[in-house]
Amino acid sequence: MNFPDDLKYTRDHEWARVQGNRVTVGITDFAQDALGDVVYVELPEVGDVVKKGETFGVVESTKAVSDLFAPVSGKVVEVNAPLVDAPETVNEDPYEEGWMIVIESTDAKELAELLDGAAYRKFVEEEQE
Amino acid sequence: MANPTGWKPSMEKGAAPGADALDTGLLGATRGLAMEEPLVFEQGSPGRIGVSLPPVPAGADPSAEIPAALLRGEIAGMPEMAELEVVRHFTRLSQWNWGIDTGFYPLGSCTMKYNPKSSEALARLPGFAGAHPLLPGSMSQGALELIWKLERSLSEVAGFPASVMSPAAGAQGELCGLMMIRAYHVARGNPRHKVLIPDTAHGTNPASAAFNGYSTVTLESGPDGRLHPETVAKAMDDDVAAIMITNPNTLGIFESHIAEIAEIVHAKGGLVYGDGANFNALLGVARPGDMGFDVMQYNLHKTFATPHGGGGPGSGPVGVAEPLIPFMPLPVVVKEGETYRLVTDPKERPQTIGKIREFWGNTGMFVRAWALIRELGPEGLRRVAELAVLNANYVRAKLVGHYNLPYETETLHEVVFDDKLQKDAGVTTMDVAKRLIDHGSHPPTVYFPLVVHGALMIEPTETESKETLDQFVAAMQAIAAESKTDPEALKGAPRKTVRARLDETRAARKPVLRWTPGMKVE
Repeated sequence: MNFPDDLKYTRDHEWARVQGNRVTVGITDFAQDALGDVVYVELPEVGDVVKKGETFGVVESTKAVSDLFAPVSGKVVEVNAPLVDAPETVNEDPYEEGWMIVIESTDAKELAELLDGAAYRKFVEEEQE
Repeated sequence: MANPTGWKPSMEKGAAPGADALDTGLLGATRGLAMEEPLVFEQGSPGRIGVSLPPVPAGADPSAEIPAALLRGEIAGMPEMAELEVVRHFTRLSQWNWGIDTGFYPLGSCTMKYNPKSSEALARLPGFAGAHPLLPGSMSQGALELIWKLERSLSEVAGFPASVMSPAAGAQGELCGLMMIRAYHVARGNPRHKVLIPDTAHGTNPASAAFNGYSTVTLESGPDGRLHPETVAKAMDDDVAAIMITNPNTLGIFESHIAEIAEIVHAKGGLVYGDGANFNALLGVARPGDMGFDVMQYNLHKTFATPHGGGGPGSGPVGVAEPLIPFMPLPVVVKEGETYRLVTDPKERPQTIGKIREFWGNTGMFVRAWALIRELGPEGLRRVAELAVLNANYVRAKLVGHYNLPYETETLHEVVFDDKLQKDAGVTTMDVAKRLIDHGSHPPTVYFPLVVHGALMIEPTETESKETLDQFVAAMQAIAAESKTDPEALKGAPRKTVRARLDETRAARKPVLRWTPGMKVE
């Protein structure tokens, strides 16, 4: 399974691409694989304020409905609107075209609490035990 | 299957089953003669009509009698069919259906038990079936007496001083329960903001909380599948309005720390909501009211054997503890001397949350539930829980080793397996579920609860015989074996249904919900 080293990860299986205070968020390869075919994505609106660890949206597959959790706190500055009509993108390309939102992070300290690729891989392996 | 004579129908001399003959499933499924059936819009013939109408009188002119704005022209694509065609259409569609009267239906957490025909007959008594909800109380004494007696019985069985009867189904019962909890906190000056919900909960729990303006905090279950007091203590504060607990939980595991958890929540002024979806496991054995629950919905269509649908609506009365009684929605039925009265005026109950359902609740379901309670009596109700637990544990014992058991803690009325042992062959829970259809069983609940990846949640209920359970077990074991020898066969299942492996992903991503004239679907 692919967990790129240039990304940060949460224990709720979101990834975060950090560029300055702009944090792009999506769900990991593990998450999309565990969910199975994604059929619906509900995202926040630009301008919404999200809090680290709290839900910012919903992803629904043929198996389950799961909340999406914000890896950092801040304001939503971009939303990947095409996902709503093409939810399969989340399965096909979770780290690029399947991104969900961009958060303008307000607390740099929160970034340090995220996992790196190796730590996330270890977490996933332990969870599967 | 028991067949003491050994008699079997034989084929005519010289006849042989064709190459396309299907085997008989372990629960008896064959293809039979199932009819392909087009949409109603694709049938009939222009000008054909299914009813006899008098001829239009000479010189009749609708536009002279009906305002032009209300006159309708031709309706495009309206089916034009004879009565027989319509009857066959719906009869054939009904033959594609599956119900508890057709076969085994071990849909976990749904309690798909048999709905006795005696309860149906009683609900059809003209005095009940024909009673108009606007009849004055003096002419509805029988119906009101039945509602009152059922309310007393449910309250006694679950250990609550009173029960709300009107909610239309389990989810509305939950909503009603949370509304009362909110009203209780508001009356004390602070509605609070949070509701605690374990990760094994039904999805309706967070929905009911959110509908009442609460944010939800998810609590992680322990490695034994139970909610632990220290987890609750850590999350509990003065801003928590309630905790919502299903007991036994959706893993079928009894929350043995419930009394201690209730104490922790009560100590900080919170209330304890019980999701009564799994009450079947406790009936006549243990009472939620005694465990510290303040509210619980009953789901008559599960525990009390009223239909889940088709035969009627659900029904979700709600038991409440003393502090919540003033907030109960109206109407309630009270007994005054020897007569029964509907309390509908909020002046009598100034703190009521109001009315949550038109009229007085799904009274047809009350008749069925009351009939069941009276037929079984206290001992019989206890036997319901005992047999439901026995049946689930029989299936569990027979399937351990064939399927992985993610939680080894002892379980009550249902058991959750997963597809870990099938994974290496590329076989998933969905494949197992689909293959089961070919044997003649409804699949178990799949991919729920979410704490188990690839969950297969089996709830046989008390109304199934050992013979049926043995057939089901044999089918599940055969599928486990087949997943090793012929995994590809599972990917193509089911083969015996009129429609084979339907593309659920496409149905969800690109749903076509409405027929329109001339439509083209790829």
